[in-house]
Amino acid sequence: MSKYNITFADIGTTVNVSRGTRIVEVAEKVGASIPFGCKENDCGDCMIEVLIGAENLSKPSPLEIELLKEKLAKPSNRLACQAMVLGDVTVKPA
Amino acid sequence: MTQPVWLSERVQWIGAFDPGMRSFDIILKTPNGTTYNAYAVRGSEGVAVIDTVKAECAEQFFAHLEAVARYDEIKVIILNHLEPDHTGALPELMRRAPQAKLYISQSAQLMLKALLNRKDLDFTAVITGDTVSLGDRTLRFLHTPYLHWPDTQCTYLEEEFILFSGDVFGCHFCDKRLYNDKVGDFRFAFEYYYTHIMRPFREHVINALALIEPLTINIIAPTHGPILRDQPTRYIERYRELSAQRLQNEINAEEKTLIVFYISAYGSTTQMAEMIREGAEQVPGVRVSLYDMEGGDTDLFVDLVEDADGILVGSPTINGDAVKPAWDLLSSFAKINVRGKLAGAFGSYGWSGEAVRMLEDRLRGLKMRLPLEGVRIKLIPSLEELEQCRQYGLEAAEHLMGVNAPRVLEMADLLAARKQTTEELSVVTI
Ligand SMILES: [Fe+2]
Ligand SMILES: [Fe+2]
Repeated sequence: MSKYNITFADIGTTVNVSRGTRIVEVAEKVGASIPFGCKENDCGDCMIEVLIGAENLSKPSPLEIELLKEKLAKPSNRLACQAMVLGDVTVKPA
Repeated sequence: MTQPVWLSERVQWIGAFDPGMRSFDIILKTPNGTTYNAYAVRGSEGVAVIDTVKAECAEQFFAHLEAVARYDEIKVIILNHLEPDHTGALPELMRRAPQAKLYISQSAQLMLKALLNRKDLDFTAVITGDTVSLGDRTLRFLHTPYLHWPDTQCTYLEEEFILFSGDVFGCHFCDKRLYNDKVGDFRFAFEYYYTHIMRPFREHVINALALIEPLTINIIAPTHGPILRDQPTRYIERYRELSAQRLQNEINAEEKTLIVFYISAYGSTTQMAEMIREGAEQVPGVRVSLYDMEGGDTDLFVDLVEDADGILVGSPTINGDAVKPAWDLLSSFAKINVRGKLAGAFGSYGWSGEAVRMLEDRLRGLKMRLPLEGVRIKLIPSLEELEQCRQYGLEAAEHLMGVNAPRVLEMADLLAARKQTTEELSVVTI
């Protein structure tokens, strides 16, 4: 299976993961400072800012878009519990 | 039947008394019940209803409402908080006043849909600065999320300087005299409510105070307990004191604090804690403190944890588990916000060292961040093992200060480490 690098810019940690891994799973394992709550697109706590490689994440679902809007998110924001790694990407907490 | 209470010529309390309530949301106790405060505001062009009551108390609410307004006069329904103790009577109110427009916080939309289970719902989502006019009365909204739910907001009646604050500044206290200058001494209830409901959301309290403090306020009208009309700003000042970073004056902005809690049966975990301190103190800007859990009380520790940047917990493994003082400490963390603080665990063991991994799982469950796998040492620490502790303290402090060397990890290794722990555990439980 193809592998990609996800970098958590704020903690200087890069993790090599399989395609389709959800960001929140990695963040929790390496102790990234991305907060997380429900992990199922409900609370919006795990908002991140995508610094590089937004196009390398899975597209947001209509529900994620709705929740991001409600949380007054910027265009570069995603939910770590929803976004799956499909290429190299660099993120930090929103 | 009780009567509505007039806060002014245009503003009435139309809530409900619930003197029989003894425990609220399971975790809160109240010795004399609570009130669900709802309010009606009359303008030259219609009436606004601000919040409702718990479903079981709907009868009192509707009787009070009917004494001050007709249903067809209600133009606006404002929901400062969607928890069922304030929205129980909402569906019936919407049936009786179908023309009324709903106003909710920007962050309450998905919750409202889930609450009412209606797809065709019509409502206006508002944020700080938005207003709704009732002719000669204007209601202005303050976006104050997470006090204590994501959906919460406050509403300010501009012409009369009344703040409808939702659960903020409220308390579970039932006294039919209703005004803070008439009721019995309710300070204990006010403090208790802050500690149990608002304290975990301290950062959000501070943000809300920044919006509230500049306002001229004659009356604070919360959704529970006394209406604060006598010296209302004293309650705002009290929230400011309670939410303040207590350490702020004693520590400079570039410094961070790391607390090492430990408990030891034969001194091994103590030795580990001391070496961890030695390592952590090699990193400039880290202020390390060591506390033996045997000599303290979790109520005092939790105050320290609230203001600390990082927490390490050391416990030996006894009977396949961490010891009770360690678990007591961790369970007290639910009273405050520990999310995102750096955390870790360490400890010595006799023949199976499950405690460290169990504590780590719980710390992760509390949404703390654990960048390092904790050190476990069998029986008496050797010199190499003590060196391992020093290194662990050093690296933890580097992560705390954000000066750790960049690292590249393999997800497969991270997963394998966890799996191995689970296997070890299952072997032990056989
Ligand atoms: Fe509430
Ligand atoms: Fe409430």
